[in-house]
Amino acid sequence: MIAAIQFSWHVVWSRIVDPNSVFAHALWATVYISIVAQIMGILLGLVAALMRMSRLTPFRFLSGLYVLVFRGTPVLVQIMFFYLVIPLPNVIDFGAFSLKSSFAAGILALGINEGAYMREIIRAGIDSIERGQMEAAKSLGMRYGLAMRRIVLPQAARVIVPPLGNEFNNMMKTSSLVSIIGVYELFADAQQGYSASFDAAYFVAVAFWYLVLTSIWSFFQALIERKLAVSEHDNEISLKERAVAIWTEGGGMVRSAWPWRARA
Amino acid sequence: MSASLEFVMHAANVHKSFGRLHILKGVSLDVRPRETVCIIGASGSGKTTFLRCINHLEKIDSGRIEVNGHQIGYRTRNGKLVEDRERNISRQRTEIGFVFQRFNLFPHKTALENVIEAPVHVRGVAKSQAIEEAEKLLVRVGLADKKDAYPGKLSGGQQQRVAIARSLAMKPALMLFDEPTSALDPEVTGEVLDVMEELAHEGTTMIVVTHEMGFAKRAADRVVMMDEGVIIEEGSPEHFFESPTHERTKAFLSKIL
Repeated sequence: MIAAIQFSWHVVWSRIVDPNSVFAHALWATVYISIVAQIMGILLGLVAALMRMSRLTPFRFLSGLYVLVFRGTPVLVQIMFFYLVIPLPNVIDFGAFSLKSSFAAGILALGINEGAYMREIIRAGIDSIERGQMEAAKSLGMRYGLAMRRIVLPQAARVIVPPLGNEFNNMMKTSSLVSIIGVYELFADAQQGYSASFDAAYFVAVAFWYLVLTSIWSFFQALIERKLAVSEHDNEISLKERAVAIWTEGGGMVRSAWPWRARA
Repeated sequence: MSASLEFVMHAANVHKSFGRLHILKGVSLDVRPRETVCIIGASGSGKTTFLRCINHLEKIDSGRIEVNGHQIGYRTRNGKLVEDRERNISRQRTEIGFVFQRFNLFPHKTALENVIEAPVHVRGVAKSQAIEEAEKLLVRVGLADKKDAYPGKLSGGQQQRVAIARSLAMKPALMLFDEPTSALDPEVTGEVLDVMEELAHEGTTMIVVTHEMGFAKRAADRVVMMDEGVIIEEGSPEHFFESPTHERTKAFLSKIL
């Protein structure tokens, strides 16, 4: 007997208004994986960006190799690689979370992959700050690290945050790929529902939940960008205007405080 | 180091090239405590480069620069210059204030925050004390009412005065000014020059690269003329503006005055 693929709206509806506890676990897994991998990506990207600007050739070479490999190969392949090749203990204790090795492998792969993209974003941010800022800091007796931390990076953050927000938006969606190594997150949850019933409604419902996550993030992104823009006094855009812009411009595309990115 | 130094700044035979371009061809200059020295000369003569070498924003190829008796940026090892460690270079720079042509205030910090930044985070001064001193400095440069303003809200002249206060907050032994009014609108250069003149009269040791001949006449103890990477003439302002001896100085002054 060939199972016919169905589509039932009531399944979509019940998955949205009445999610079960397994679903809640899957949703949390997606959020958790995305946040941890993104933070890992930011840190690795920062280190790689600083290495890229180093005077020491081996540092620059390593940084270049990192980006070459991780931007040049599919993230799906990287996930498989980390899962199959890198020996990770079966259970990793991340404080409140006890993780299966597939979970750790997925986070590692996503985080390391993200670092390669973040390097370029962070470097562009640092490059956008006038050389005079570093010189002024140095002339006051600040050492490189202190000057970076107190003077250059806070200014670069304004340039880094908008693309970083989009990276995180992408991360939440890309994290669905770790379902392939058996991590139970949103997409795996939908897939399980589908394989039990051949009802495509599960995928529509999961799309809705991804949309919820990215929309919530867009709101936070607007908040952060607004806070960063205040001290620079350029466009004072109200929170309400930004919240509206999330919907009119599309999630994760709120760029109004950055004139060179503005659409209109 | 001796308690009373003869020179705050001592430069001997400084050479500097950018690639094949030989910018400084053996510059020697001594600056005594409380002295104000103005360096003048056409653009490309090396005066800004020389100033930047004094706090090691530029490396030098050979020669020697000392501030407060400490060699700047290098140690001499077997007669060769070896660049010093960053930690030492940074410590030396705390003794040297630098005012940039383009101010380079920190745009993400208010005027007051700009001034207290280095005392608090480099010297480790208590924040309350740093604020107290910074407020006095801002009064001194006439900007007490602008302490909470971000640089973007200040005029060029105001920004430059904050930049001067920021440098003074480190209580440097030597102040360097790199064409501090060149990026300003003519109507606000006066307010910056007034502050600098006051500093000079109070006995701050200063080296000023400038095109403001009026300032040089009024405030300088000594004027130095640079041309093609060397100092070709130096003397009192009277000597300089009334009876310059070098042909190139005469030509330069006739063009600029």
